[in-house]
Amino acid sequence: MTAAPTTGSRSASPGGQPPGAPRAVGAAAGERGAPSEGPPGSARLFDALAAVRDPELDEPITSLGFVTSCTVSADGDAQVRLRLPTYFCAPNFAFLMVADAYDAVSGLPGVRRAEVILEDHFASDAINGGVAARAGFARSFDGEAVGELHQLRADFLRKAVMAGTDQVCRPLLAAGAGPSALRAMTLGEVPASPALERLRQRRTELGLPAGDDAALLIDPVTGVPVTGDAVPLHLRRAQTTRVSIEANSGICRGMLRHRYDTAGQGEEDQ
Amino acid sequence: MYEKDGEKYFVVDSHMHYWNAAPDNWVPGAEQYAKGWIECFHAYQSLGPPATHWTIEHFQKYSEDDLMKDVFEDGHVDVAVFQPTYLKEWYKEGFNTTERNALMGEKHPGKFIYNTRWDPRDGDEGLNVLRHNVERYGSKGVKLYTAEWNNASRGWKLTDPGAYRYLEACQELGIKNIHVHKGPTIWPLDKDAFDVADVDHAATDFPALNFIVEHVGLPRIDDFCYMATQEPNVYAGLSVVIGALMHARPKFFARVMGELLFWVGEDKMTFGSDYGIWEPKWQVEGFVDWDFPADEAFSDYPRLAVAGKKKILGLNAAKLYDIDVPAEYRLDAGQGTPAAQDDAQLVAGA
Repeated sequence: MTAAPTTGSRSASPGGQPPGAPRAVGAAAGERGAPSEGPPGSARLFDALAAVRDPELDEPITSLGFVTSCTVSADGDAQVRLRLPTYFCAPNFAFLMVADAYDAVSGLPGVRRAEVILEDHFASDAINGGVAARAGFARSFDGEAVGELHQLRADFLRKAVMAGTDQVCRPLLAAGAGPSALRAMTLGEVPASPALERLRQRRTELGLPAGDDAALLIDPVTGVPVTGDAVPLHLRRAQTTRVSIEANSGICRGMLRHRYDTAGQGEEDQ
Repeated sequence: MYEKDGEKYFVVDSHMHYWNAAPDNWVPGAEQYAKGWIECFHAYQSLGPPATHWTIEHFQKYSEDDLMKDVFEDGHVDVAVFQPTYLKEWYKEGFNTTERNALMGEKHPGKFIYNTRWDPRDGDEGLNVLRHNVERYGSKGVKLYTAEWNNASRGWKLTDPGAYRYLEACQELGIKNIHVHKGPTIWPLDKDAFDVADVDHAATDFPALNFIVEHVGLPRIDDFCYMATQEPNVYAGLSVVIGALMHARPKFFARVMGELLFWVGEDKMTFGSDYGIWEPKWQVEGFVDWDFPADEAFSDYPRLAVAGKKKILGLNAAKLYDIDVPAEYRLDAGQGTPAAQDDAQLVAGA
């Protein structure tokens, strides 16, 4: 038994919770306290999806509006439908999002079977079939790809680190700190903020120093602290990276809005 | 031409199209791609002002009269550069070929420049076609779409050996402007299709050619900026930048303009409407009126004055294409010395 998929209306402005998210019959059995005895509720499914990011835009697929619906049956069959701003969005990033969504959902206690379906994309069949078969990217796109996507993901995480550096440094610069002050700062000396937390997470994912003693400004490839004359250029590039990502995100949101009349589960407009 | 506040702007639309993407031109069996492509373009149009939106039917196939009115009568454009995109795997007669452009353009002498295109996967035969097109249409530029599908292949890079043969041929044939348009697929698919590193290599190896990176490398504006600042023959084509951001996301537009002015500079930025995605009228008028928001956050970007806008809207492209600009539209001696990068602080508060 599968709960009917629903979609939010454009006027709804959901926060962390999916508006009108369907809850499968018997879903309560999967709530805290009985982790292995029943399927998770749709809200848990949604939370799991909120941890999946668009690797290019470094934002959750939920707030970007890419989750059309997410449902789970009483038997623990989870189904997620995803959508993207265009029919031709790059297939490698699309594959990563579908595969990550699959991992996030299938790893939930109480999920017996997971199905993730990317809709309305030129490579939907190759991606959906490849992810379901756990085939990896190269096998899913036989002859069109030579390797997996780890390098691609790491390259874009480095961009996220650069953009995150700008997010953390801009308020410090506005408050009067100069490049030399920033150069000497450690992460532990930066006032706590969501941006700082996010930067630490991204650095951790890359295996870069992220503890209190780690330098605020580091090379996103080597992890070596940025020093001396290199600091102003590093900060300038951090800013450019952030502008690039945010402009892309703005365009993607606009395209998605034109393409679909309904809001995605958890969609937020910046 | 466009005149505002006593200033006269010579407008070169350096990136525009005359396509047929209606169902009568769809390749049987590839309809979903033909449909997907034009719907994607149509979604881009939605980012412009609502009064300029077209129905999908009109968007699929606009007429010669529509183009002449939208671009020249209403759109302030003096000279327009046709940029072909073939996509013959999806569109029977091609999406927008050199021939289709010329067939209409030749009825309007002096209004159009005919760029052509090539695809390294077409081998020797493609080289012959390129030679023919240069002779027949006088092409001085080419538009390269790296994500084009060609039999089993999903795209190519400028550094592919086959591509260098064509770049050499361009030099021999007198083609000097290479407009590069990156798309979502290449071979192999596991690499970033939008990466502009290949343009960097080609620009270094072919210093006599100009490389105009359309939509400024979007979605890789950052990589494009670092590359363009180091390569004297790399230009920023503003197609999509103005169309997709100026109206829909004005703050992002200001930021992107600021980055481009800082890294690339006003001498190497060229206006392109990307018609029929967007009409040039609102883009030209809006751009002439545009300035950075008063906000402190924009204070460290180089300013853009009237002279810089004149260059971006037409004078820079006129130079690339040897277009004779009437004296009244040219800059006076000493006018329009661009703000040097040094004038913009590297980091706010530095």
